[in-house]
Amino acid sequence: MNTLPWLHPARVERLHDALQQRILVLDGAMGTVLQSHQLDESGFRGKRFAHGHDGEHGPHEHPGSCDLRGNNDLLTLTQPDVICSVHRAYLEAGADLLETNTFNSTRISQADYHLEHLAGELNREGARLARSVCDAMQADTPDRPRFVIGVLGPTSRTASLSPDVNDPGFRNVSFSELASNYSESAKGLIEGGADLIMVETIFDTLNAKAALFALSELFRERGGRLPLMISGTITDRSGRTLSGQTTEAFWYSVQHARPLSIGLNCALGAAELRPHVQTLANIAECEVSTHPNAGLPNAFGEYDETPESMASVLGEFAASGLLNLVGGCCGTSPAHIKAISEAVRDCAPRALPALDTATAA
Amino acid sequence: MNTARPTRLSGLEPLLITPDLLFVNIGERTNVTGSAKFKRLIKEDRYAEAVEVARQQVASGAQIIDVNMDEGLIDSEAAMVRFLNLIAAEPDIARVPVMVDSSKWSVIEAGLRCLQGKGVVNSISMKEGEEIFLDQARKVMQYGAAVVVMAFDTQGQADTLERKIAICSRAYQLLTGELDFPPEDIIFDPNIFAIATGIEEHSNYAVDFIEATRELKRRFPACHVSGGVSNVSFSFRGNHTVREAIHSVFLYHAIRAGMDMGIVNAGTLAIYDDLDADLRQRVEDVVLNRNADATERLLEIADNYQGTRGEAAVVTLAWREQPVQERLSHALVHGIDQFVVEDTEAARQLSSRPLDVIEGPLMDGMNVVGDLFGAGKMFLPQVVKSARVMKKAVTYLLPYIEEEKLRSGDTGKNNGTIVMATVKGDVHDIGKNIVGVVLRCNNFEVIDLGVMVPTQKILDTAKAKQADIIGLSGLITPSLEEMGQVAKEMQRQGLQVPLLIGGATTSRAHTALKIEPHYEAGTVWVKDASRAVGVAQSLVSKDRGKDFLAKVRTDYAKVRERYRNRGPGKRLMALHQAREQRFSCDWSNYHPPQPKRPGLSVFNDYDLAKLRDYIDWTPFFQAWELRGRYPAILTDEVVGQQASELFSDAQAMLDKIITEKWLTARAVIGLWPAANSGDDVQVYSDTTRTTRLAILHSLRQQADKPIDRPNLCLADFITPKEFNKPDWIGGFAVTTGLGIEGHLARFQADDDDYSSIILKALADRLAEAFAEHLHERVRTEFWGYAEDEKLDNHALIAEHYRGIRPAPGYPACPDHTEKATLFKLLKATANTGIQLTEGFAMYPAAAVSGWYFSHPQSQYFVVGRLSREQIDDYAQRKNWSLEEAEHWLSPWLDYEPD
Repeated sequence: MNTLPWLHPARVERLHDALQQRILVLDGAMGTVLQSHQLDESGFRGKRFAHGHDGEHGPHEHPGSCDLRGNNDLLTLTQPDVICSVHRAYLEAGADLLETNTFNSTRISQADYHLEHLAGELNREGARLARSVCDAMQADTPDRPRFVIGVLGPTSRTASLSPDVNDPGFRNVSFSELASNYSESAKGLIEGGADLIMVETIFDTLNAKAALFALSELFRERGGRLPLMISGTITDRSGRTLSGQTTEAFWYSVQHARPLSIGLNCALGAAELRPHVQTLANIAECEVSTHPNAGLPNAFGEYDETPESMASVLGEFAASGLLNLVGGCCGTSPAHIKAISEAVRDCAPRALPALDTATAA
Repeated sequence: MNTARPTRLSGLEPLLITPDLLFVNIGERTNVTGSAKFKRLIKEDRYAEAVEVARQQVASGAQIIDVNMDEGLIDSEAAMVRFLNLIAAEPDIARVPVMVDSSKWSVIEAGLRCLQGKGVVNSISMKEGEEIFLDQARKVMQYGAAVVVMAFDTQGQADTLERKIAICSRAYQLLTGELDFPPEDIIFDPNIFAIATGIEEHSNYAVDFIEATRELKRRFPACHVSGGVSNVSFSFRGNHTVREAIHSVFLYHAIRAGMDMGIVNAGTLAIYDDLDADLRQRVEDVVLNRNADATERLLEIADNYQGTRGEAAVVTLAWREQPVQERLSHALVHGIDQFVVEDTEAARQLSSRPLDVIEGPLMDGMNVVGDLFGAGKMFLPQVVKSARVMKKAVTYLLPYIEEEKLRSGDTGKNNGTIVMATVKGDVHDIGKNIVGVVLRCNNFEVIDLGVMVPTQKILDTAKAKQADIIGLSGLITPSLEEMGQVAKEMQRQGLQVPLLIGGATTSRAHTALKIEPHYEAGTVWVKDASRAVGVAQSLVSKDRGKDFLAKVRTDYAKVRERYRNRGPGKRLMALHQAREQRFSCDWSNYHPPQPKRPGLSVFNDYDLAKLRDYIDWTPFFQAWELRGRYPAILTDEVVGQQASELFSDAQAMLDKIITEKWLTARAVIGLWPAANSGDDVQVYSDTTRTTRLAILHSLRQQADKPIDRPNLCLADFITPKEFNKPDWIGGFAVTTGLGIEGHLARFQADDDDYSSIILKALADRLAEAFAEHLHERVRTEFWGYAEDEKLDNHALIAEHYRGIRPAPGYPACPDHTEKATLFKLLKATANTGIQLTEGFAMYPAAAVSGWYFSHPQSQYFVVGRLSREQIDDYAQRKNWSLEEAEHWLSPWLDYEPD
């Protein structure tokens, strides 16, 4: 399955070329920019969901309506122009890769809004929007390729932790359930034109393994594959994932997918992430990515690291040869991405360790 | 050819298999086919103990644990999933990778779906052909695991050198050629078979394995070779010494040939060089098949080694021949008080000052005890006995010391002074007493203020005695809140000594979140008596004290940080949602059983002899920090001897308690008409159901559960009012603690903590036994819905009966204050002499009270975390302010109160 051909060989070749030449820049948070649009409930609902449920979906099993405000992924359908404008702002700030607006577009996560039937559509449309923005931008600057990363988020459940403190053996989601969720979402991302797939914000490695399993099955069915990015989350200063793994253990647990890149994002600011990114840079035989939060949340749960300070920390990562891909997570804005892309522009990308993974890159 | 890469496995932590690891131990005890004990635990659904087996394996050095559930009478898939999910929650087990071991692919796949780390599959083979082999191998890659390939093909299991090599080589070709399987993730198992069976064809099996290993490592240096080592010695089963010698010799040669992994009992491997020379020689001849009569020659001497392990110790008085220092040390370590006075006197005559006897030989002896205890080589009952010997010696010396003091003004020095107390509102003190004894053994002066101690008394004593440490203990949940209050008060009054927190409901997390932040001079949670000494010594140490506290502070800050950053997955349901998912049954067709004897029944001076057979002994051993289940604990390899001694001492005391009537047992039960309304139960005075006696308030689970698992609340087990059914609820209060004080005082006067703690623990057990016994009588006579029930004590302990008896303050109904309603309904204080403290603990401590529910589906459960919404709702129902509700339910809040 790791020897399957690429689905889009020419795009992959351009991606590899670009990675050889420089550190590539990912975009930043969708939420930060959306806040400035101050969308209210009706803004989130748009026309199709005006009554708090899907007007185009047959008989509604769920009586009444749901608050949809906060379901950012739904904006792909109800406010496509807003989403495209955020994407465009990030490309203009210097991003090479756009992350689709699909972090919560899984059946499990959308079930919170009784919109689980939208999982496929949200991913397909999310990828299509990012694709159209990238293509338009690339038409203007043909020498600078832009790529769409189809994002698979962690879902709101964990396969290796019990939600019931009194029954450590209990699980509220199974590997198979997660795998079928991810399969459905990934199918949409591929159909919508994603260049890569990223399994990200991994706080439970077993969830990620279910995603990677689903992707390998999907690629086998299609007879071709997309490059994979994998990005874990160190949840606190203990230096472990929420499910308790160290950074090395996390990498060992997912390396079988032979990804294009391994990295860390979210939860911590760049400075706190440094030792863990260093660990990956030392041991990973593939590219290394990071897209941290804009610092640790303050007392109000807001992120207040400035573009300048974040860029200076990440600039040091780049100068120390730790990075192949860099971007931002919670709290970051186009201003952050602009500062980061300027800070890493003149740094050489991290050289891969001598041992070569057989086929990935 | 691929460059050789090290194998990378993981649990919570990485395991990098490089050549300098030499040999990876794979723990074999969590395998039902290899361990009779583990099989029994799984079959009997004793998963908590099964998890302990895994913990012990990792603790004794297993770098991977092999988990196998292949047994005809077990649902292997379900057992594999349940066990793996349970050990995933134990960081000290889950840190190592798991080997999922089964001959059934479906079980392996179910196991792989539970592993977040990179584990190992054991095993796949070509026995059903190459196609299935490749399919399974590809799945292994997709799940992200390494794989054991057994030398097995459609012809059968490889038993010759040539077939072992041919099959493994073919497997390698297929895996790397067809699938690009990473060579470092391939582990060959070229089959270890039993030798010395008396059948000539078997004689060369070990040699064939060793030679196959050598050749496979030469051909495929990136791959590994493993095997189940205990197979090789199968013909000597029952003879541990010879078996271990065979394992040791076999591994010695196989490892030199390149075997780099093996399934072994990590705890018992003998060291090659330590083997008896003659035995080693003969074993080596067998393993290496060096001569035709090797097996006979080993058999000749095998019997000499039969049963050499665990040989009964012969009671001897040889130690009496040694010098006096050695004799005191021996007496302390073995807890023998027979000669201690005469030896102490002998030592005193040899010393210039009486104090030198304490600071010299006695403390030296106690240090040995402390070290052995710290190293897990002695257990609590032994330490308490040692303390009794020590106290006897000190008591004998005291007059001489006083005399000396008068003459020279010299006073002794100790390690430090600690003031200990069970906090206000709580009466439980067995654990605290044990900690006191252990600290005294380590030369701390312990000032024990007893139970229900008001804050100011603790603080005043600490100031007056210039205490170095204050220790707080408590068992019931309101004590948690009380400890926080004490800490705040210590801060306000400017105390500078560290605070220790202990007791069954306390925890590191609670201490870090709710106590430590309130007190600047330092707060440390102590898990059990065995940790208390280390903590206390660190705290009083001039060199280490500061560092130790600093480390604790950092740790607790991390705990708080983690708590605040708790990720998703623990969200609670809204109360209305949880209520929608309430437990329900076909109420319209439900016929609540009618009691034969409604109202109150009082039992004065119940016959203790009747209760004896109802005692659940397991918690008795737990009180002494001896881990294991009765009766198996009596023959446990590690603690069996101590447990047996303790048990026989307890039996002897129990005989006296009963024949000499040391304790009086009293009880009251009540059965009242009742109806459910929401999360409450209405209790009526009579069957007209017009006069309401009381409202019982319960709390509902809010954990996010699948639809098929209701969010339980005790009130759900009573028929809802609208169905208009004549349902009932019961209540009880029992005690066996009346009269205990005189006997405790007698032991106290005799410096006999050992007997004092046994008596308290026995009184607790009798109270529980009384509750069990009365519940049985309620089911069969008073309520009478199960007249034909016939259960032995084992079945009673396992709760194989209809109905439950939850106690207020415990997980199904965590609000202790409901005991006030229960006591009022039962007129419990007048009827039994049990009193409620201001914290709603019962006094005497040996008491149990609770509710009776008869519904066939009623069950115990844990209410768990509560949202502010439910606390608010509950406060209104109880006519409390929000603050009062938060105070009484503080350990269960899912939020920070304002």
